[in-house]
Amino acid sequence: MRTETQHFAESGRQARIAAGSRYARGKRVALEDLVPFLEAVLRCGDRVCIEGDNQKQADVLAAKLARIDPAKIHDLHMVQSGVVLPAHLDLFESGIARDLDFSYSGPQAGRISGMLRSGAIRLGAIHTYLELFARYFIDLTPQVALVAAISADSDGNLYTGPNTEDTPTIVEATSFKGGLVIAQVCAVVDKLPRVDVPGDQVHFVTETRKPLHLEPLFTRDPGEITETHVLTAMLAIKGVYEPYGVRRLNHGIGFNTAAIELLLPTFGERLGLRGRICSHWALNPHPTLIPAIEAGWAQQVHCFGSEVGMEDYIAARPDIFFTGADGSLRSNRAFCQTAGLYACDLFIGSTLQIDLHGNSSTMTADRVAGFGGAPNMGCNPHGRRHVSAAWLKAGSESTPHVPPALRRGRKLVVQVGETFGNGGAPLFVEKLDALALVEQLGLESAPIMIYGDDVTHIVTEEGVANLLLCRDEGDREQAIRAVAGYTEVGRGRDRGHADRLRERGVVRRPEDLGIDPLDADRRLLAARSMRDLVTASNRLYRPPSRFRNW
Amino acid sequence: MERYTYQFNPARAAAGSKRIAIAGVVASGNLEVLLERCLTPETCTVEVATPVRGFHAVWDAVIRDFIERRAAGGLHISINDGGARPDTVALRLAQGLRMLEIV
Repeated sequence: MRTETQHFAESGRQARIAAGSRYARGKRVALEDLVPFLEAVLRCGDRVCIEGDNQKQADVLAAKLARIDPAKIHDLHMVQSGVVLPAHLDLFESGIARDLDFSYSGPQAGRISGMLRSGAIRLGAIHTYLELFARYFIDLTPQVALVAAISADSDGNLYTGPNTEDTPTIVEATSFKGGLVIAQVCAVVDKLPRVDVPGDQVHFVTETRKPLHLEPLFTRDPGEITETHVLTAMLAIKGVYEPYGVRRLNHGIGFNTAAIELLLPTFGERLGLRGRICSHWALNPHPTLIPAIEAGWAQQVHCFGSEVGMEDYIAARPDIFFTGADGSLRSNRAFCQTAGLYACDLFIGSTLQIDLHGNSSTMTADRVAGFGGAPNMGCNPHGRRHVSAAWLKAGSESTPHVPPALRRGRKLVVQVGETFGNGGAPLFVEKLDALALVEQLGLESAPIMIYGDDVTHIVTEEGVANLLLCRDEGDREQAIRAVAGYTEVGRGRDRGHADRLRERGVVRRPEDLGIDPLDADRRLLAARSMRDLVTASNRLYRPPSRFRNW
Repeated sequence: MERYTYQFNPARAAAGSKRIAIAGVVASGNLEVLLERCLTPETCTVEVATPVRGFHAVWDAVIRDFIERRAAGGLHISINDGGARPDTVALRLAQGLRMLEIV
């Protein structure tokens, strides 16, 4: 007969380590032993995290996990930020896994949508990054974590290199709550360049003997930036950054924000804004920020993760970036998301659809892409207490009737985009496609990326809509329609109301901001090609071959 | 090829003194706008030639906004469209007008 204590011990870490050690020498497990090893350390129904960052992936461990025998191990509950590899979903097709809590599914958005509809995946929730990380410490603590690093030593100390990303957060939650941490590393070495995760938190290590596969997710070729992007970027700088004096900010990825970064040393300089805006960043190391860094705009950049090709440039600028004893970047998604939430005065990002209330979503019935981190930064943090000029000004516009000493400031949350997006699809819609998901998946609320009541400004090539100055729903709808251009939503505007909003400064068009349409020219970009970025970096930036034509 | 023509009586005459300006090029997703200062200051005419069918109402809206927001009196404007998006059309019209203003 088993006692409760014995049962507890057997399901606990020591029993798992004992079971796994049959396939290990010390902490090391050979690649060919990984399948029986995983079958030995896992229990049915375990909560398992496969590290799936923006950049580095525990891809070998994911592939081996997909090959275990579902008759032995089944009904796993996957709790991971990124569901981005085919193997992540293969687990659900074979029954190895049943439940899923995640944040982002980018490249698997189409397949995950079908599997959610068919019932192959039982969905817990779609989270933002910080939400999922938070739940790792409350009710979604992993029993087993499969993480990725560049190298390990014989004690299990891990070196993650510049893409530290989620690793310390996953390991913290798993290892200090009795769980098992298994790391895949490219190589086991005698001495690590630096220690990113201490070895006593890591229980097993497998050596893959191949480099980590990294995608250049945050690289935008300046050659693809259009005149409309340039015009919209000028509107954002002159219509939002300048009047609020935005020094601390986060940029989402996209051509609109890339254009803003490339206009700082030219258009921004002409306006005399250096030192007054865009000095402190929570940002992936966008190559398009290089000219602004070199021109003395950026003073400090903290990163969620790194970017392919930026390694040498970052190592040469420890005055700007956070770097370790080895000289390479130290990134950390949880800390950078927190920085974006609490220490930045502005978030600006693009989206797929915006409705008449200002709600936005990137999800459709066929593509459940998840949230990632945008909602963590694209929201007004009610827990903020320190003040800044930008925060106070936004607050005073939003609630002018509240006495200043009792007035809450506001985070600037800006949606930027062209009125017609990819493939000519309108950015503005009467009804978000995400609403169809509520019925199809039996959700209780629609997957909204940024809620309309958090959005403060919408910037398109048509102008800037300041939603802080809207006094009722009618103002709000007409302000949104006024910058919706020639989409159906835009053409449905009340011209009289739109004119009054313009007189009140709620809507500002390029001519109201003194923007010359002749400046909407690619020659205004501080770099017009990938080669220009390389030159600006003093040849330290090394773009991946797909971005090179020389 | 679809052709639309418009005639307006704008409140303000186009600024500057240049007689002619061309903005843009005829290319896929782009357009060429030719502006000629050849009418009386209270008149403006616009001719559109586009290979794309079915967007008459959008052209009406783009051109109407241009006339309302900018001073275009005295101009005859010819648009040779290569399938540009409405925002590109609006930008080229604004750029062409600016080019007439600059000596």
